[in-house]
Amino acid sequence: MYQTTYHRASSVDEAVSLFGKSSEAKFLAGGQTLLPVMKQRLAAPSDVIDLGKIKELQGVELSGDVLTIKAATTYYDIMTNADVKKAIPAIAYLTSVLGDPAVRYRGTIGGSIANNDPAADFPAALLALGATVKTNKRSISADDFFKGLFTTALEDGEIITAVSFPVPAKAGYEKMRHPASRFALTGVFVAQTKSGEVRVAATGASQSGVMRVPAIEAALKANWSPSAIDNVTISASGLLADIHGTAEYRANLVKVMAQRAVAAAR
Amino acid sequence: MSKVNLTVNGKAVAVDVEDRTLLVQLLRDHLNLTGTHVGCDTSQCGACVVHMDGRAVKSCTMLAGQADGASITTIEGIAKGDELHPMQAAFRDNHGLQCGYCTPGMIMSAIDIVQRHGGQLDEATVRHELEGNICRCTGYHNIVKAVLDAAGRMKVAQAAE
Repeated sequence: MYQTTYHRASSVDEAVSLFGKSSEAKFLAGGQTLLPVMKQRLAAPSDVIDLGKIKELQGVELSGDVLTIKAATTYYDIMTNADVKKAIPAIAYLTSVLGDPAVRYRGTIGGSIANNDPAADFPAALLALGATVKTNKRSISADDFFKGLFTTALEDGEIITAVSFPVPAKAGYEKMRHPASRFALTGVFVAQTKSGEVRVAATGASQSGVMRVPAIEAALKANWSPSAIDNVTISASGLLADIHGTAEYRANLVKVMAQRAVAAAR
Repeated sequence: MSKVNLTVNGKAVAVDVEDRTLLVQLLRDHLNLTGTHVGCDTSQCGACVVHMDGRAVKSCTMLAGQADGASITTIEGIAKGDELHPMQAAFRDNHGLQCGYCTPGMIMSAIDIVQRHGGQLDEATVRHELEGNICRCTGYHNIVKAVLDAAGRMKVAQAAE
């Protein structure tokens, strides 16, 4: 790891001010991606501003039909939270199969979506549930937030403070885990909103990151059941292809994972 | 350079380290607690797992500064004098190690698993929960046996206290 200067911020305002004073700072939440990347010398921030101990970024609130998860809440605290389990059990499940136990104690929802890894789990949940990303400056809908591989709508120095999820009628998530890395080869989050809208998002599939799957949304809108997807064809064009699987394989995984997610949805 | 204040195995320590120092480097290079190992250095193998404020974390994937103010327990801090921790005893009795390189991390993760699940542990749960710890010798079979055995011993030990 190259030299860097570590700062622990005690408030969002302090973090913003520290960012303004540094030449090339990075915000650090759980550090489960940023630190490995710095160790490989793929990133060399002049300053690292730790958001992990900021009180206003911690916790979960359920208010009516909106579940709000503050940005620096760890995966472990999300998966064990009673409000999360009650309001959107699919999020508790997604979090329980993310990384491994030690990673879940450190990694945060804000860190995951700010990084927007093409195989990360949380972007699919935000997109399928029609969540809103709150920052220190504004609110951004999930549809506008994810801009492609490792790219988001966040501006320099902008800090995610929370994510608000409308509580759905039903939601489910399933992924095919890479047997060695345990990352999602492809994962699909399905949701039926309380107004009857169906939204489906796939991670690990597209070359441009997390994506909606309109063909499956239409099929499930007509008939919410795994068999409704039997005759849907997913095009392999624009999907990821690598040593682990071809684009055609991932296209099929989108379909199969969607079927399993519908079967698991509640 | 920054001063990091933390409690390690019950003892308060203050260490001057470069800001880029990882927690595992502070433990091994500055405190000479070399029981915590570095295996993969890419956050996957779990040889470096320690407890921070009671939670099992990968000490190679934390800056030392992030642990400022925290209480750290390493493999050196779990036995009571000459008496092994029930998890260590169970690993020995069940032949849960061969070369031993992954063992400190395995044991620290396993204690965390038992504490989180209490008596509700079965083989499938242990195997799923150990996915962040890699062993290249044993094939995991005896490790899983050891964790299940220790879960029983830890319950008994807790009841006796």
